[in-house]
Amino acid sequence: MDAYLSDVVIPTLQERLAAAPTVFRDEVSFQVPAERLLEAARLLRDELGFDALLDVTAVDYWPEGRPRFHVVYQFYSYTHNVAVRLRVPVEEDAAEVPSLVGLYPSANWYEREVWDMFGIRFTGHPDLRRILMPYDWVGHPLRKDYPLGYEEPQFSFNFDDIERRKPRPRS
Amino acid sequence: MLERMEITVDDLRHLVSERALSGETMLLNMGPQHPSTHGVLRLLLELDGEVIVNCVPDIGFLHTGIEKNMEAKNYIKATVMTDRMDYLNTVGNNLAYALAVEKLLGIDDIPERAQIIRVILAELQRIASHLVWLGTHALDLAAMSVFLYCFREREMILEILEMVAGQRMMTTYIRPGGLWRDVPPGFAEAVRAFIDYFPARIDQYEALLTENPLFLQRVKGIGVLRAEDAIAHGATGPVLRGSGIKYDIRKARPYSGYEQYDFDIPVRPEGDVYARYLVRMEEMRQSLKIIRQALDKLARTEGQPVRTPNRKFVPPPKSELAHSMEAVIHHFKYWTEGFHAPKGAVYVAVESPRGELGFYIEGNGGPHPQRIHARTPSFANLQLLPMMSKGHMVADLVAIIGSIDIVLGDVDR
Repeated sequence: MDAYLSDVVIPTLQERLAAAPTVFRDEVSFQVPAERLLEAARLLRDELGFDALLDVTAVDYWPEGRPRFHVVYQFYSYTHNVAVRLRVPVEEDAAEVPSLVGLYPSANWYEREVWDMFGIRFTGHPDLRRILMPYDWVGHPLRKDYPLGYEEPQFSFNFDDIERRKPRPRS
Repeated sequence: MLERMEITVDDLRHLVSERALSGETMLLNMGPQHPSTHGVLRLLLELDGEVIVNCVPDIGFLHTGIEKNMEAKNYIKATVMTDRMDYLNTVGNNLAYALAVEKLLGIDDIPERAQIIRVILAELQRIASHLVWLGTHALDLAAMSVFLYCFREREMILEILEMVAGQRMMTTYIRPGGLWRDVPPGFAEAVRAFIDYFPARIDQYEALLTENPLFLQRVKGIGVLRAEDAIAHGATGPVLRGSGIKYDIRKARPYSGYEQYDFDIPVRPEGDVYARYLVRMEEMRQSLKIIRQALDKLARTEGQPVRTPNRKFVPPPKSELAHSMEAVIHHFKYWTEGFHAPKGAVYVAVESPRGELGFYIEGNGGPHPQRIHARTPSFANLQLLPMMSKGHMVADLVAIIGSIDIVLGDVDR
């Protein structure tokens, strides 16, 4: 592991965020609660030199996982050539995370994608619309309880049932 | 969860300026069926005369749910989905995915020969991708002949890919654990014939474009991107290097043995369309340099294996199936259930022709991934389009889109 990561980044984050690092295959990740995300991102950007947020995505642990979602942020420092990951657990009924667009403009489309695909809202996002799916799409496709998309065969006895729950654009 | 989203005009009003509401500026729809948007990209343009006031990209027309599909398959079968994301960089997508799965599984004994072949194919694919970019970019700027020449040379690379994989584009040749099979006889000669032939062709393209005043007027000082904006907006690849940041994953975090090759990273400080053009032209030359070194290494590893010896992750050779029960069991397990990956998450990135192509893969202890996310370079780079195009003419927008080198399959996945 890079010396900067093990000697500076991990101890600082550990101390300031009171979070324990998880190291898997030499990759470091920290789990932070949603209300401390902004503080963590500011710390990474301003004090530790992580100048790029390369990726934002989410993972759905339905049905067993509590909390249901993790939002995953991939930070990278061009100056030190090291990467660190933040994971933010999110409950399904309060699926809200502060937006990082103010700190890292690259988060803009990624957060829209996470909203579109998982239905996690980002508070303070300037333009939180669907990005990949049509604007009036129903549901969030990457949730684990969203069907993969095979068309259900309609027979005369269940035609209306299936017709009713088909996702379709608003007329 | 299943409530319908209502979008009203008020929700979209912040995307355009006040002047659009009074009719002082014009709203114009460009795409999704437009030859210069390189695929199905739709742009909502707010124009003051011919000058762009606002540009709102609308993507998703090519969204095919690749990530969702990969989660439903096992790790081996998901490989074929990666080809279909960035269809100009299929080998590179396979490589990024294979590296990520290998890291997740902890496979670190990929034979040297496999790594060399991976490098050769990835660099050939980079040249092929850049040729499509150059051809279409020049075509957008009214240089018809370059397009024809580029596709002529790209055909040679596709024939090499067909030779090794049986497929010109959707190769699925690089797989977790190594390669599908060794390269056929005549591979090295075909690659060598190409790299001997190609440098003169690059000179020919440059003779047509690099000093051409008509071309220079269209690209110099257009779509300027400052280095700090490029970093903050997550730009990578030639877009970042065209803005003066000397960063290439092949050097910063080498994979597949790139640290053993001698090559340079072309950088230009200007940050305009022309700078990105020059960076990519030089990258093609550097790729040739890498391939030349790799071919020498390839000759030294003749006859060596191209897959990890760990039979849990690769199918056994056909010859063993006839007399080894162990091999039959491995074969059966591999092709039915597939291997299990441990709990944990990895993020592995490679330098694709467009920038940082990263795979975030999270295993859950079973044969199916919990989550696969592709961090695609075109998606992040396209975010910069509104910023780069403001204040330019509509015709310049075409040059700027071309210089980002987007592939909509890569953007929408």
